[in-house]
Amino acid sequence: MKKFAFNRAETLEDAVSAGASAGVRFIAGGTNLIDLMKENVERPDRLVDITRLPLGEVKRQADGSLSLGALVSNAAVAEHPLVRGHYPLLSLALLSGASPQLRNLATVGGNLLQRTRCCYFYDLATVCNKRTPQTGCAARNGINRQHAILGHSQACIAVHPSDMCVALAALEARVRVLGRQGERTIPIADFHRLPGNEPEFDTILRAGDLITAVELPSNDWSEHSHYLKIRDRASYAFALVSVAVALQLDGEYIVEARLALGGVAHKPWRLESAELALRGQRTSNSSYQRAAETLLQGAEGFEHNRFKIELARRAIVRACAEAAKGTRR
Amino acid sequence: MISLPHFPEHLQKLGPHTGKPLDRVDGLAKVTGKALYAAEHHRPGLLYGVVVSSSVARARIRSFDTADALAEAGVVQVFTHQNRPKLASRSKKWRDQDTPKGSPFRPLEDDRVLFSGQPLALVVATSFEAARHAAALVRIEFDEIEQPETRLLERLGQGKAPGRAKGGFTPPPGPHGHPQQALKSAFARVNADYLVSAEHHNPMEPHAATVFYEEDGSLTVYSKTQGPVGEQAFLSAVLGLKKDRVRVLAPFVGGAFGSGLRPQYHLVLAAMAALELKRSVRVVLSRQQMFTFGHRPYTWQHVALGAERDGKLVSLVHEAVAETSKFESYVENVVTWSARLYPCPNYSLNHRVVPLDVYTPLDMRAPGAVTGLFAIESAMDELAHELGMDPLQLRLVNYGEKDGLTGHPYSSKELRACYQQAAGRFGWEQRWSEPRGRREGSKLVGWGMATGVWDAMQVPASARARLHLDGRLEVASATTDIGTGTYTVMTQIAADVMGLSLESVEFKLGDTSLPEAPLQGGSFTVASVGSAIKAACDGLRDQLFKLAQKMPNSPFYARSQAEVEFRDGRLGLPGHPEAALSYAQILRQQGVSVLEEEVKVLPNLLKQRGYSLATHSAVFAEVQVDEELGTIEVTRMVTAVAAGRILNPKTSRNQLLGGMVWGISSALHEKSELDLELGRFINHNLAEYHIPVQADIRHLEVVFVEEQDEIVNPLGIKGLGEIGVIGVAAAIANAVFHATGRRVRHLPIRLDDLL
Repeated sequence: MKKFAFNRAETLEDAVSAGASAGVRFIAGGTNLIDLMKENVERPDRLVDITRLPLGEVKRQADGSLSLGALVSNAAVAEHPLVRGHYPLLSLALLSGASPQLRNLATVGGNLLQRTRCCYFYDLATVCNKRTPQTGCAARNGINRQHAILGHSQACIAVHPSDMCVALAALEARVRVLGRQGERTIPIADFHRLPGNEPEFDTILRAGDLITAVELPSNDWSEHSHYLKIRDRASYAFALVSVAVALQLDGEYIVEARLALGGVAHKPWRLESAELALRGQRTSNSSYQRAAETLLQGAEGFEHNRFKIELARRAIVRACAEAAKGTRR
Repeated sequence: MISLPHFPEHLQKLGPHTGKPLDRVDGLAKVTGKALYAAEHHRPGLLYGVVVSSSVARARIRSFDTADALAEAGVVQVFTHQNRPKLASRSKKWRDQDTPKGSPFRPLEDDRVLFSGQPLALVVATSFEAARHAAALVRIEFDEIEQPETRLLERLGQGKAPGRAKGGFTPPPGPHGHPQQALKSAFARVNADYLVSAEHHNPMEPHAATVFYEEDGSLTVYSKTQGPVGEQAFLSAVLGLKKDRVRVLAPFVGGAFGSGLRPQYHLVLAAMAALELKRSVRVVLSRQQMFTFGHRPYTWQHVALGAERDGKLVSLVHEAVAETSKFESYVENVVTWSARLYPCPNYSLNHRVVPLDVYTPLDMRAPGAVTGLFAIESAMDELAHELGMDPLQLRLVNYGEKDGLTGHPYSSKELRACYQQAAGRFGWEQRWSEPRGRREGSKLVGWGMATGVWDAMQVPASARARLHLDGRLEVASATTDIGTGTYTVMTQIAADVMGLSLESVEFKLGDTSLPEAPLQGGSFTVASVGSAIKAACDGLRDQLFKLAQKMPNSPFYARSQAEVEFRDGRLGLPGHPEAALSYAQILRQQGVSVLEEEVKVLPNLLKQRGYSLATHSAVFAEVQVDEELGTIEVTRMVTAVAAGRILNPKTSRNQLLGGMVWGISSALHEKSELDLELGRFINHNLAEYHIPVQADIRHLEVVFVEEQDEIVNPLGIKGLGEIGVIGVAAAIANAVFHATGRRVRHLPIRLDDLL
């Protein structure tokens, strides 16, 4: 671990201006950043502690949306009555991730910014374009069970590890960001990026940008939603494939659907065309299968993860069927 | 959920304390943090060493650039092969108590890189943080970086017989009868290959050594080890120090599972640095570095079975090809279990090793048996299916009253009772024969069973017992307690033999200043050290009795020792309560301040000759498999164990449950993923190297089967360290087949195997 300076941001403006300098990282829960620093993957010169900033509230807004402060812990979001009541999909996704200890520390903002768990990214003895641009990708011909089947590039086949973000994608959340040019709102679909030729960038954030909140639109999909996470053990494992699905039903017919996949790409994987494929269809496996085919179009696996394509197909069908039965609470 | 323990009444007792489910005597110290582990001992001025590990598997070191590291505040020295102090040059000096054939690895020996993660430098600094930071600043240039040889399966034909054996290895005998012919003419046949993944031990406590440099230049070493005595001898040979200049202590060990059987490189580096710098030094390995030495070897196996219509085996072929390093020829007993367990007129056994560019494999809990029993017990299940027979019935048809290899009778073997009792608790008679025959919602349900077997060994061990004037008994032996409950059961034995309360007995271990004890491994500690403790206490009894006889007007004067009793801290005559004398009284009256007995106990080979000595188990498992998603849950498991006398059903059950959990782990989770291009175990952290979490563990039940054995050792104990894990993976694989009709012949079995 490299030596670093440390200071606490007293105001939002402080944080943004400090964060704009090279080599500065914000730290809140630190559940991912500290690990990466220990392995010398992240080597900040300065950590700016943002935990005293006023970003710790969950509140209903005038337009009916729900704002989750960037510093609210994952545990607090998952257990919040408004989240449990109106966005059970998010609660379920959060509770399927990490461990209670980690969820108590990890924050909303940090969850959005957590980095891939690709073993090669973590291991300085190997090459990794995400860690050090233009060095190569050891995962492509290596142990790639956990890796992407969609949206990957020659440069990078890593996946985004978050469960929360998959639910946020299905719920069409918005990320509130304070930057040097003021505040702006980024749709979750645009927040994370595909690796392309610049896998070192996970998101579209710029230096100094501080996530202040995540907003959940008022359409809460609470009646028919499900989060299905498939992994190699019952808990405390990253998803091989996860599915966030939310349906609006009229009897046996699907009025509207939202569908996102985790564990398969550099960002939560969501395609409007797959959701349109469900619109107006009966709640049946064949409808779900068609949506799955659409969502998985172009999927391409590697030596150790080709099974994910079929697994994702089956997981989508299962998750949709579960959602159609009504949200489990 | 793990079923509540019920401890049967039949567990034989030496006295009031043995056979009882007693709490650990060191439990309070452990949960309150008073028990200090190797990296927790401290003295002012302690230096911290951090190892720099190789990023490549096969190369030569061209140069080191240590300037930046040395320039860091607090950095004292950076050791490399270029500037290290002299260490023993002859390979023989680097041998330890568990060395296979070959030339043991020597850290910082020369410019050759033999495996990925090899220690190439040690940075020593005044704080751990400074050392760790500086370690990242050491730059190493390599020459001749070569592609490591890593592909076992492509080299199966190049396997070599392991040659001169490592301790504990019994080379498989040549073929018996005509196995191939018998196979051809058999009524039913199985012919299959099995693969077991490499695994790393991953004890909770990482390897560490704290080496205190004493004023007189001697070393006091707190080490994570399963054998302080062996480490003392090793360090003295490697460092060229007299044995009495090195004292090794390991009062508490946070799990080891075989990883502490051999001294690892961190120990050498810490001791070397301490001697050279004349300062105390601690080296702790990171979790990532815990993947840079021994592991359970990746092993390919072939099993062919031929049977008559009634299931009786007529041919048994079991071959193994396992990886080893280029510098040592590691070997373990993989294939012999089959023929021992199932007597068969025609058999062929073979074990070969293939050297690869990896570190030498290392004994890992039930080495060889975990691997071999997975194959043979899977194959037996396949055979049962071929024959349309109940898998348990097939085992009973082939039940070995005698050891199938040696032809010797067993000193005791209650395997049949294990089958019966475990099957009964499990409800096996309700089993449906057809695979895919039961469904619960989206889940397929399956049942499987398997056998476990392990050697019941005893090796030479010493112990000392001291009875003090205040009635306290101090018992000591340089063994360890790797979490198994050694402190507790040795205290129980001593208390019962001497007729004392547990509170008045103190057992000391983990210190080379105590009487010699063997490595703690192979499930032989209680049989070996326990026997020594019993003998030492028996000796004290003799001395006490003789002293008592010499007392004026002694009520024991004309008595024989057989007539007296040692009870509640008093020597007495049954029926004459007035005659009883406390031990303290006897000592005081005779002017003796402390009574001492030290003994070395060897196994009674004369008594054991002509017998096979083994522990057995029967494992029954239920799995539920989500048919569409492939996810596997082990919903229920029952293990019945016959292991001779059970001294403490609580610590014993604890060990067996741990074994069962590990069995689930090897069946469904554990795998050290070797990147074949890089020759590097790439999932080297506990997030990616999976072991089960609590949510993976459901209903587990342990049954102790009564087994009396007067031959195995004076205590009738067989040991429990390994048996709990053996056979579990096969029982689960067999249950997966029963659930799904899919036979998976490799470990771990993961959901993509069943999609």
